[in-house]
Amino acid sequence: MSEHFDILVVGAGPAGIAAAVSAAAAGKRVGLADDNPAPGGQIWRSGTFQPAAARRWLARLNAAPLVRLQGWRIFDSPQRGTLRAERNSDCRDLCYEQLILATGARERFLPFPGWTLPNVMGAGGLDAMVRGGLPIAGKRVVVAGTGPLLLAVAAHLARRGAKVVAVCEQAPLRRIVPLTAALLGEPAKLLQGIAYGVAARGARFFTGCWPIAVNGREKLESVTLQRNRKHWDVGCDYLACGFHLVPNLELPALLGCRIENGFVVADDLQRTSVADVFCAGEPTGIGGVELALLEGQVAGLAAAGRTAEAEKLARRRKRQGFVHALRTASVLDPQLGKLASDTTIVCRCEDVPFAALREHANWRDAKLHTRCGMGPCQGRICGTAAEFLFGWSAASVQSSIRPPVFPALVSSLGASAKETCQSDGLPSAGASTGSQKEIL
Amino acid sequence: MSDRWDVVVVGAGIVGAACALECASRGLRTAIVEGRGIGGGATAAGMGHIVVMDDSPAQMALTHYSQTLWQELSDRLPRDVEYEPCGTLWVASDEEEMQEVHRKSALYATAGIATAILDSQMLADAEPHLRKPLAGALLVPSDAVLYPPCAAGYLLREALRLGARLYAPRTVLSAQAGKARLDDGSELQAARIVHACGADAAELLPGLPIRKRKGHLVITDRYPGFVRHQLVELGYLKSAHSLTADSVAFNVQPRRTGQVLIGSSRQYNTEGPAVDAQILSSMIERAQWYLPEIGALSAIRAWTGFRAATPDKLPLIGPWPEDDSLFLATGHEGLGITTSLGTARILVDHLLGEQTKIPIEPYLPSRFARSEAHA
Repeated sequence: MSEHFDILVVGAGPAGIAAAVSAAAAGKRVGLADDNPAPGGQIWRSGTFQPAAARRWLARLNAAPLVRLQGWRIFDSPQRGTLRAERNSDCRDLCYEQLILATGARERFLPFPGWTLPNVMGAGGLDAMVRGGLPIAGKRVVVAGTGPLLLAVAAHLARRGAKVVAVCEQAPLRRIVPLTAALLGEPAKLLQGIAYGVAARGARFFTGCWPIAVNGREKLESVTLQRNRKHWDVGCDYLACGFHLVPNLELPALLGCRIENGFVVADDLQRTSVADVFCAGEPTGIGGVELALLEGQVAGLAAAGRTAEAEKLARRRKRQGFVHALRTASVLDPQLGKLASDTTIVCRCEDVPFAALREHANWRDAKLHTRCGMGPCQGRICGTAAEFLFGWSAASVQSSIRPPVFPALVSSLGASAKETCQSDGLPSAGASTGSQKEIL
Repeated sequence: MSDRWDVVVVGAGIVGAACALECASRGLRTAIVEGRGIGGGATAAGMGHIVVMDDSPAQMALTHYSQTLWQELSDRLPRDVEYEPCGTLWVASDEEEMQEVHRKSALYATAGIATAILDSQMLADAEPHLRKPLAGALLVPSDAVLYPPCAAGYLLREALRLGARLYAPRTVLSAQAGKARLDDGSELQAARIVHACGADAAELLPGLPIRKRKGHLVITDRYPGFVRHQLVELGYLKSAHSLTADSVAFNVQPRRTGQVLIGSSRQYNTEGPAVDAQILSSMIERAQWYLPEIGALSAIRAWTGFRAATPDKLPLIGPWPEDDSLFLATGHEGLGITTSLGTARILVDHLLGEQTKIPIEPYLPSRFARSEAHA
């Protein structure tokens, strides 16, 4: 089964919502596909803050005349102008004239002894689980890692009744607060207030501080923190740990969009190197909610042919200063790459320890000989970690992206794309079945 | 700077690694050069099926000989090689294909290979997820599967342990007249150069009768026991497609991890490594016909690779007539994992002037030089 759109938007975070709403307002037939149960993306889904911007844009989304494809995960592009999506065991081909990629970002995890124990979670991950109903009231939580999200997560968990016993961030708090504010699209003052609020409930903020081990038998019991060569143990029920964000580049890479320095190359109108494919939000540079909303609107208008309006809006962007500040603040301390012991698991899907990887020259060799990154997460977690640990440049995606970009049913992957979309692509290869003893 | 060796092996895929090990174990001073990763070409892309094939008597001789060498080695293979003697089931969908089962069984018997003929019910018991009814199958219990990159890695490590030296990552820019020139400006001198570059062989030696033949594979998440044997169709009998057309066939393998590897496809004249949606679709459709429930498994990766195909479907093993120093070990198409050990053994026997266990003549590269001369 297939559906046709003038403009298809992938990802219903701030950038995708803004793009879809803007394109729909321009009178186009718009589809908005997103693999989460509800729109909002990582940043608004959790309800960490329900800032005015979120409420406003979600309301606009609800009012917009567009097709919502919520819960559909894009895993392939079987031919030009077509994306293939799956939800549960349903499979659909989504055909488009113009495509806007707003695939967002994910947390980076780094391995250290004990990080695979139960109750060690991503910062955003724990936040989302609490949002989804995990009881957190009265639980002791250490929030650690780096990046503006930590503070937001700590604030949310504290509001939900968690005892945030420590927030560990390598960058100075004074640098993180304004960045967090910008990333979430919130006034800095409000956030400062929240930070003090968290502190008032008993949390301690540490900078230049990170976990070096998680202790416990069956599950997490305590975390060993390190700061200025001093170690100490902190008892806790959960460790929420993330080391900044990395963009989701799998789909842009699959479609052939040019990627430089880890981000999709887009021009002022968010056009990528591939005709009729736009990209907005974090994949073009981690820049926060306000920038994502702006880029989304520019992409939506540009894709809808409202070029003058898009250009006018694009002139409003003030991005470089912030992005630069963010990069500076969240540069990882090299010591974080030395926390893993020989037996620390790096690839959780395939149980590959740190020592097994160290002897390899590059990501591909390591994959082939250890199975690192060969599991269901397709290297999204360990590839990102390996990039930092070993400096393996192509560790994440660009060099070897192939369908399925997410695991999909064999039947979905194999569904024929023959008659689903009108395509200006090449005619089918017309593969025949069976052939003279040609089986191996 | 120049180093002297008895043998320089170019390429550390499974064939090159096997050749290096064979040379080193026979006391030859051996170097091996690899520009990419160990086992990073067709070795990484292939299924890892150790299988006896009977397209031609020569193919059967080499695959059978090689298989016995794998069996001898199997006890020493480290765990990561995932050697699993699961056997092959050649699946017959109807009575016509059952006749092929009987023919094959008789032929294998003459070669001393034990087989068992399964009827419809026995096949259903052996592989409950196959469609029902099927006519039956031929079970070849001596066939096995392994994980090729780690097998190549093991063979190479053994070669190094016996004194071979690895130059990697080093690309060979030219290899002729007893000299291999590397991309760092160094030169290796050797009495013999063994050219084991697989599908890229013609890049180093233009004029080799080798074409790249692209294949696709898909691997699933872990479903232990979903299939128990390597399953291969005999359905090619009814579709007399030409050898040059794009084609797919049902060929499914259980991995020790519980993963299911789904093949296979063949295409000429496609250089790019991109996954071809039409081929993938045809291949999976074929697999679903035989294994109706396979569609409900989760596919986690698909990839492609290039086989080194020769016009007569036999590898090139032995001296290259145009250069006394040059020996070839390439052109194994889809059978390089199986035949790597046999290739290495007869190549080195021949190189040392010893009697080969099976006749080397059908694989000698000179067969193509001759046919050109007569054309």
